[in-house]
Amino acid sequence: MIRVRNLESGYGALRVLKGVSLHVDKGEIVTIIGANGAGKSTLLKTLASIVRPRSGTILLNRAPVVRSSAETIVAMGCSLVPEGRHVFGAMTVVENLALGAYIQYKRGKKYEIEEDLPYVFSIFPTLLARKTQLAGTLSGGEQQMLAMARALMARPGLLMLDEPSMGLAPLMVKELFSVVRRLRDEGKTILLVEQNAKAALGVADRGYVLETGRIVLEGASRELLDNKDVQRAYLGKEYRKINE
Amino acid sequence: MLEQTVQYILSGLTIGSIYAIAAIGYNIIYNATGIINFAQGEFIMVGAMTAITLSAFLPLPLAILFAVIITALLGALIEICCIRWLDRPSVLRMIIITIGLSILIREAALHIWDEKVRSLRFFTGNEVSSVSVFGAHISPQVLWVLGICALIVVLLNVFFKYTLTGRSIRACSSDKMAASLCGINTRNMVTLSFMLSGAIGALAGCVISPITQTQYDCGTHLAIKGFAVAVFGGLGNSMAAVAAGLIVGLLETFSITVMPLAYTDAISIAILLLVLFFRPSGLFGNREAGRLKEF
Repeated sequence: MIRVRNLESGYGALRVLKGVSLHVDKGEIVTIIGANGAGKSTLLKTLASIVRPRSGTILLNRAPVVRSSAETIVAMGCSLVPEGRHVFGAMTVVENLALGAYIQYKRGKKYEIEEDLPYVFSIFPTLLARKTQLAGTLSGGEQQMLAMARALMARPGLLMLDEPSMGLAPLMVKELFSVVRRLRDEGKTILLVEQNAKAALGVADRGYVLETGRIVLEGASRELLDNKDVQRAYLGKEYRKINE
Repeated sequence: MLEQTVQYILSGLTIGSIYAIAAIGYNIIYNATGIINFAQGEFIMVGAMTAITLSAFLPLPLAILFAVIITALLGALIEICCIRWLDRPSVLRMIIITIGLSILIREAALHIWDEKVRSLRFFTGNEVSSVSVFGAHISPQVLWVLGICALIVVLLNVFFKYTLTGRSIRACSSDKMAASLCGINTRNMVTLSFMLSGAIGALAGCVISPITQTQYDCGTHLAIKGFAVAVFGGLGNSMAAVAAGLIVGLLETFSITVMPLAYTDAISIAILLLVLFFRPSGLFGNREAGRLKEF
């Protein structure tokens, strides 16, 4: 689905990603975990062409996309749900979803859009109840749902989620991860960036650990969960406890 | 007495609706880019002047249609040449660029059309024909102005609320990054809003030209009034601009009954200053909406 080799990226003089390589295959859920400032969001923003990479290659369905604009990436089937939701606050829930389907309208797939609307409402029933409400008046969790629903309306081949659990109540986090699980069961391909490493590794097939702009560890979720360094750094377990 | 009041009201509404259209022109571009386009008044002048020139060899509706198209293209040209390639420009830089453009267009108009005062033909009848409304005698052109301005407002509303392109422009003004993540080409939407702004400015210029006449520098005057109205209503809020425009128009007209004619222009400037002093968010600028729109 997506292959990244030696990606370097940053803002101005700041080098954030220092040669990141990773890949996500079709039907996989891959998670990137790491601490604050490790470059997780920068990585996703670079993949979505919001931030331009310095060097390296990104292949989306075997096509190089390094010089493409953000809207071309979306048209090629890769949608990002950005950190901090970024819903269109002054517009209603339905209008937000219609804009999510913008690329589908451009492709002339009116029929699919009519199918997708009930589909996303079935995933997020709360949104159906809030259909005509302004997005800016929704709660944080509902806005996160709307942001995900909006991205799904484009029928992306690869869905990238940037910190979906950030700032949400534990119950809401649980609900969101059950949605991720449902999407996985439906065969969607997802690249998930999370600080909540335990929950992320719980749903993902594979994971990468990003530390100060470099991938320091990769492997199946199970292996990472059992890895002592990961447990200590990201799962909040003490040495002592591990050794017990 | 009643007739006179009706007369004042109608003439107030007429100039008020032109101010409103100018203010909406500001708002469209402001919403899409955060820029105050000080060349907005020039769109009105260029539209009217082009229509006057074209009306010599084309029937009036066609002349106006082409004038609107040409002005829209001028708007696109301005955006593509002077705005598009700027990477996150500062507000001051944008102000200087648009003021510079407005001077440039005005001087170009002086060379193309000279300094004579011209006017477009009356749409129906002529200078002396009048219709009677509640006993007041008004030119049929006044009805044209009111009708076309109302039509512009309604069509714009439908466009922004119900069409995909209109929604996309609103999406860009609300959150540029999110809009491009939806696959919207935000730069093209900005170009489009300059075109839209140019087009409605030109249409307003054409419809008002028979009454107020057009000269190469008449845009400045309308630009200032339009700007005052846009701020008065609350920047970015087009519906509020309509209300604010009508209020300013009525105030200007009724001021004649208590003050000398020369002071009418001072009214809108005084309003602009008062609003900036006491209520910078504008008359209808609601704090809640302001927060949602991320001004």
